[in-house]
Amino acid sequence: MNEICNLSLLEVKEALKKHDLSALEVTNAFIEASDKIKNLNVYNTLTPEKAIEMAKHSQSRIDKGQGRLLDGIPIAVKDLFCTEGVSTTASSKILNNFIPNYESTVTKNLWEAGAVMLGKVSCDEFAMGSSNETSYFGNVINPWSKGKDKKLTPGGSSGGSAAVVASNSALAATGTDTGGSIRQPVAFCGVTGIKPTYGRCSRWGIIAFASSLDQAGPITKTVSDSALMLNVMSGYDQKDSTSANLETPDFLESSRVNSLKNVKVGIPKEYQINGMSSEIIKLWENGAKWLQDRGAQIIDVSLPHTNYALPTYYVIAPAEASSNLARYDGVRYGFRKPKDNLDELYSSTRAEGFGAEVQRRILIGTYVLSAGYYDAYYRKAQKVRNLIINDFSEVFKKVDVLLTPTTPTAAFELGSQQDPISMYMNDVFTVPASLAGLPAMSVPSGMSQEALPLGLQVIGKPFDEENVFKIAANLEDEAKFSFLKYN
Amino acid sequence: MKKFLIHGEKSNYEIVVGLEIHAQVSSNSKLFSGSSTNFGSQPNENVSLVDAAMPGMLPVINKHCIEQAVKSGLGLKAKINTFSIFDRKNYFYADLPQGYQISQYSDPIVGEGVVELNMPDGENKKIGIERLHLEQDAGKSLHDQHPGKSYIDLNRSGVALMEIVSKPDITSPELAGAYIKKIRSILRFLGTCDGNMEQGSLRCDVNVSVRKEGETLGTRCEIKNLNSVRFVMQAIQVEARRQVEEIENGNSIIQQTRLFDSVKGETRPMRSKEDAHDYRYFPDPDLMPLELTHDFIDEIQKSLPSLPDDIREELVDDFGLSNYDASVISEEKETADFFFAASKGQDGKLVSNWLTTELFGYLNKKNLSLKNSPITPSQLGQLVGFISDGTISGRIAKDVFVEMFEKGQDASVIIEKKNLKQNSNINEIEMMIEKIIEQNADKVIEYKNGKDKLFGFFVGQVMKESGGKANPKIVNQILKEKLN
Amino acid sequence: MPIDKDTVSKVSNLARIEIDDKQLEKLSKELDSVIEWINTLNEVETEGIEPIAHVTGQTLPLREDKVNDGGYAEKILNNAPEQASGFFVVPKVVE
Repeated sequence: MNEICNLSLLEVKEALKKHDLSALEVTNAFIEASDKIKNLNVYNTLTPEKAIEMAKHSQSRIDKGQGRLLDGIPIAVKDLFCTEGVSTTASSKILNNFIPNYESTVTKNLWEAGAVMLGKVSCDEFAMGSSNETSYFGNVINPWSKGKDKKLTPGGSSGGSAAVVASNSALAATGTDTGGSIRQPVAFCGVTGIKPTYGRCSRWGIIAFASSLDQAGPITKTVSDSALMLNVMSGYDQKDSTSANLETPDFLESSRVNSLKNVKVGIPKEYQINGMSSEIIKLWENGAKWLQDRGAQIIDVSLPHTNYALPTYYVIAPAEASSNLARYDGVRYGFRKPKDNLDELYSSTRAEGFGAEVQRRILIGTYVLSAGYYDAYYRKAQKVRNLIINDFSEVFKKVDVLLTPTTPTAAFELGSQQDPISMYMNDVFTVPASLAGLPAMSVPSGMSQEALPLGLQVIGKPFDEENVFKIAANLEDEAKFSFLKYN
Repeated sequence: MKKFLIHGEKSNYEIVVGLEIHAQVSSNSKLFSGSSTNFGSQPNENVSLVDAAMPGMLPVINKHCIEQAVKSGLGLKAKINTFSIFDRKNYFYADLPQGYQISQYSDPIVGEGVVELNMPDGENKKIGIERLHLEQDAGKSLHDQHPGKSYIDLNRSGVALMEIVSKPDITSPELAGAYIKKIRSILRFLGTCDGNMEQGSLRCDVNVSVRKEGETLGTRCEIKNLNSVRFVMQAIQVEARRQVEEIENGNSIIQQTRLFDSVKGETRPMRSKEDAHDYRYFPDPDLMPLELTHDFIDEIQKSLPSLPDDIREELVDDFGLSNYDASVISEEKETADFFFAASKGQDGKLVSNWLTTELFGYLNKKNLSLKNSPITPSQLGQLVGFISDGTISGRIAKDVFVEMFEKGQDASVIIEKKNLKQNSNINEIEMMIEKIIEQNADKVIEYKNGKDKLFGFFVGQVMKESGGKANPKIVNQILKEKLN
Repeated sequence: MPIDKDTVSKVSNLARIEIDDKQLEKLSKELDSVIEWINTLNEVETEGIEPIAHVTGQTLPLREDKVNDGGYAEKILNNAPEQASGFFVVPKVVE
């Protein structure tokens, strides 16, 4: 059992193909592993019966030689994706009893490719957070806390997704990334994940947080595992007006380690922030050197408006969220606090149904859109966003990708960041790429002095995930990061 | 047209009215979802996951609704904006599942235009159009099904609406009524809205303010959801009067939204909180801006049918109708089609009269529409022809008309059967007249002495003598000769 | 301009989230510091810069006018906290 769980997705796929392993064996191994990690509080809902049923279908296809891309591969789904007939809560009390009768496009793609659903994993409530501490169902614990004297955050908002993969309890998980919600947790948990270009994956059926920023993406151990997952997850969807009408390239092909001759890698100077720890600086320098050793040219570049990315994000994201979350009103689904008056029904339902961080962001969002403040905040932020996008466009005339650290620190202790703004600062390296809609990937590349994982981020041009995977694969190859042997 | 004024106790006041018309777009499916727009279905039958604002749902715009909006804009002689944005209008209400309405705020699809009204006194008044934009309709709340609860049906939620905003150029209830009728007529001709006010496919909100002649604009009040032309006109009167009373009592007008109570004949404020008006408009992040090419607009321009104004001009120029009569006939395509068919080879003015006075009158009485008229265009044309060529008199024609209406028979058949042909034989009529003069010698003397009214008596006698069939023109002519 | 309890109260009303008096004080301080931090955007010169609402670089996709959705009232009402005779039910609203 243990051995199967330590394999990568592609290794298991190969074993299934060769009939070295059966789909049922693999699924049972991960069901057992998922069951054993209750103390990490990773799962909101476990679906073992469904998983077994799906594994059986996978096996029968494999036996007929009709195995699909992900047949027999057990994955976990962030509880932000609507899964038909399976509880979908957004880790919130307000959707605690919600069972959708429709399937999100991204998860539909995964089931049609034969993937097996282990269950729905926890996240920050409505994807708002960087530590998975805002979930209604309690904190998720970073598996790297094992043997340490404090409980660490897995990061957020896709904390559950990163933790389930890092603890070897699923071969992959789906995540969403709005300001860093895939990249930051995978960095904290020592696994790999990518936020693709905005529009690459369909948003239909994913509970919306900030519409112009949300993107679905895979979380896996290795870069090539992520590539295969993204191959399946992406694709044009007519039901999403922001979906990119483009063919999906074969990302798996691009994730093969190749020479980086003629590749130009930019190092943005504004990402060297004051008080940055020496271990992060060393990690970054290592990364640049590795790529240089593989033939890439390292070029210093400038993204002048980087410092304004976080405040820009914290105007735009809450504004869109305040509007997107207006539908949670206790009328058509979800939690309702019964009252005799409609407005009181709304106000009490939402006061009790939403947690503190969600309420805070809705209020900020409402404020920055309100009469008298719209121009000063929202419109201003949209202008600064334009400048940030422009910074990247200019830089991408000179380089192919950018290399930065993913996070300013390693995983911190649960409960240690009480002040909202210090929590927001966790996203300082990830938010700019989100605002510009660019593909960005985090690869585990080193360890901190406290023996905790650190990640490096690769940012690419719009729809150029191919180069991102190429660079990431080389980093991974050089870093030779040891995954956590959790079980 | 006389200026419309409200006569207060101390002064006279002009009224300034702007109209916002919400017209449901004629389309198969809704503006941002693929569910049906059919009226009268079971509750929540025409509701998709998108309409119900389920978690994770997204809007996709209906191409036909865009075409309909452009078409309507062209019909209003308005500027079509090649770049427009969909904004979210945020507020909470039970019939608004998303908690916001997708509308257009800063950049609507259609800009300024103009509509021409042809008033009965012959005056033509131009009313400016401020803009036309697309937006989602809301669902329906039923408040009378249960003492303590309201029932929500989302069938209408998401249906495409065109909001047409007039400039505040309307200065009387009469003009308001004519304006609504004209807009309705144009949209029906274009096929972009069926204009059915009873079913709610055309609704009006009115903005009313008053001012003493020559002063600046007063504070306005909005009266919402008026669903008949009559109510709009009444509401304007009632509200304007209320405002004048308030002002003359020394009070200022509070800007607010009001409802019209047709039973009590008054307006009263809606119970909404003041800050409900902060809609926090921002561009919908789920939808790109709409960019129209000039080719797209030109194609639609080419496909436009004849519009009421075009037909009205044709009726005035080619058929000699008055502006007003022409506007009545060109109001509905049905009417115009009927007219053209009936007036083939006939006197247009006469056809117009018979159509708008007699036929419309009878159809109204029997609660029938022109579609279901028992008299066909060619039958009406034939009747008019018999009047024109003197076969029957106008008087007799009225009787024939009733017969035609009741029995659906041709005029020729009825005239033949009842032997109603007019007698235009001059000799015969002369003989009758001489007989009457002989029999009424005393009255002849009275007439010659100045009692002019007696002329009618003589005409009446001749008609009686002739069984009503004498040609009135000839009777008059000969009588005049004989009596003078 | 600082965010005081009054402002938080107004905003929470617009957002239909009931905030009790105790929380108002705490929230107004939190929101005030966030807005203070956001005010750094004023340092950026944005004269002549267009606001950008989308990063897709695409035009608005158009859908054919076909009825291909709806017709499943049961599914729509399935998750409703309260329903009756095919309607969603809420406390009575008086206009």
